[in-house]
Amino acid sequence: MSYHVNKKGYYGQFGGAFIPEMLYPNIEELQQKYLSIMAEPEFKAEFEQLLKDYVGRPTPLYFAKRFSKKYNTKIYFKREDLCHTGAHKVNNTIGQILMAKRLGKTRIIAETGAGQHGVATATVCALAGLECIVYMGEIDIARQAPNVARMKMLGAEVRPATSGSRTLKDATNEAIRDWINNPEDTHYIIGSAVGPHPYPDMVSRFQSVVSEEIKWQLNAAEGTENPDYVVACVGGGSNAAGAYYHFLDDERVGLIAVEAAGKGVETGESAATSILGKEGIIHGSKTLLMQTKDGQITEPYSISAGLDYPGVGPMHAHLYTSKRAEFIPVTDDEAMTAGLMLSQLEGIIPAIETAHAFAIFENKTFKPNDIIVVCLSGRGDKDLNTYIDYFKL
Amino acid sequence: MNRIQAKLNEDKKLLSIYFSAGYPALNDTVEIIKKLENSGVDMIEIGLPFSDPLADGPTIQESSTQALKNGMHTELIFEQLKDIRKSVSIPLILMGYFNPMLQYGVEAFCRKCKEIGIDGFIIPDLPADVYHEQYKVIFEKYELLNIFLITPQTSDERIRYIDSISEGFIYMVSSASTTGAQSGFGDVQQNYFKRISDLNLKNPQIVGFGISNKETFLQATTYAKGAIIGSAFIKHLTHRGVEHIDEFIDDILK
Repeated sequence: MSYHVNKKGYYGQFGGAFIPEMLYPNIEELQQKYLSIMAEPEFKAEFEQLLKDYVGRPTPLYFAKRFSKKYNTKIYFKREDLCHTGAHKVNNTIGQILMAKRLGKTRIIAETGAGQHGVATATVCALAGLECIVYMGEIDIARQAPNVARMKMLGAEVRPATSGSRTLKDATNEAIRDWINNPEDTHYIIGSAVGPHPYPDMVSRFQSVVSEEIKWQLNAAEGTENPDYVVACVGGGSNAAGAYYHFLDDERVGLIAVEAAGKGVETGESAATSILGKEGIIHGSKTLLMQTKDGQITEPYSISAGLDYPGVGPMHAHLYTSKRAEFIPVTDDEAMTAGLMLSQLEGIIPAIETAHAFAIFENKTFKPNDIIVVCLSGRGDKDLNTYIDYFKL
Repeated sequence: MNRIQAKLNEDKKLLSIYFSAGYPALNDTVEIIKKLENSGVDMIEIGLPFSDPLADGPTIQESSTQALKNGMHTELIFEQLKDIRKSVSIPLILMGYFNPMLQYGVEAFCRKCKEIGIDGFIIPDLPADVYHEQYKVIFEKYELLNIFLITPQTSDERIRYIDSISEGFIYMVSSASTTGAQSGFGDVQQNYFKRISDLNLKNPQIVGFGISNKETFLQATTYAKGAIIGSAFIKHLTHRGVEHIDEFIDDILK
């Protein structure tokens, strides 16, 4: 069984491209060209060079001695927090800006929740000298002020999404509407492994550098390319897609996806999409999503602005229903506690999204000889206000 | 023959009106339909409200959001429309996004529509190829026409494909945009309308998006069989309520 996308753009029964006809020419062009563009030697060389010299790759695979001792197992951190701009998001935006240039596009749009993808997009637009418009929910603009300022400083225009629930889902709607209105000069840089085919696969491929590096780094450290488990937090799913990518079809490697349970899975204030979701269509993709019985998409809740997306990427929906990956919900409180603990045990302040992945060790026991890689997807600078408020620091 | 096909055979330019079911008030749906028919409208598109209407501009988004706040849902629309064929004879098309239909169950949804006397669907986010492979058989079983969109960016090759799998009309989106009024149609749009007309498709074309008054209606129907008005009509409902629907229609047709 393969857990990669098939030729028609599906992962099992999930995926596809459920788009209005207005987007068809753009999506079709991408579908037909993305693989051949990514395979061009000059494209690959330029992508790899920028990842190395601009992003700072390879990121370290760090053996966390004190954290491992606490949980009596062997835990490595894949340090995506050390990427330029502070998270894994930039791996994808570098790839997509090069793609946009190959496609002859001159204007870039993006959606953002916490602002990490918006910053990563604004950054590569500055680098490429392209116009950049980032849609961000009005509510997220208020709660992620530092990232809004960063995007503006990088020359991007931040447009508030004022419709619906005024968060990530609505920012995505607004970006799609912008693309409908500007089909010829504009490329839409989606930030996660979501959206119509080929986005989930394209984003996963740009992020797959994470697991590619894990393989050789772990081989150098442990004499094996394969960890026993790879752990990542999942909102839309891009850091998980990158961390899992080269292990997807090797079932000796366990995959653990950590979702934001918010105030608790059963409280009605949660973003645990796999458990609470049902098959449906969101943003052009058939996947698991949180919705009413009537098919209206509902608003998730998490303390982290980057995980409160009502859907999950189609790859992850397939990993969930096929049981290839284990999905674990982690509450706000558990994530915040893990974030503080990680800061004081290892000297690393994680993004709150990322902190969710570190919380699972409290309740899940691993063998002493297990090798576990946790994707440390982003740093916590942007979340200091939330940490300060929560812990009364 | 389906009511849509019969209407398309009439020797006149057709006016179709879109509104969101459950707006302005939850129970206005039937009254709006009756008033539209009495005012001389040829065809009606009943919008099924959706939380995330990707292809719609602000006016229809707002009416959709308000309809949901009013308490509109799929079963209630069916309940409101159950006796509609006792008094209304013009074609009725449901226009909505695919997810609510999927959750209801596509076959159950189609069966219900057939019972009520719905003639067809416009589902912007159900792509032609997915429809053709998975749902055509079901729609045809219940004699429901599925109407597809084309835009100025749609290639001639794809337009011919869409024409080949369509029965009824082709919904010609006037320009690259979400729904909502524009200031008028210039040479670019007229050339596009003429280009499509010159393709001599088997299905007639009806123009939608950006038609708001008599002038844009006449421009849109120079080459096309008809035109659809949505956002401008919803604005009229917002400002003047359901009482004065005939005034809005008269301004266009007379």
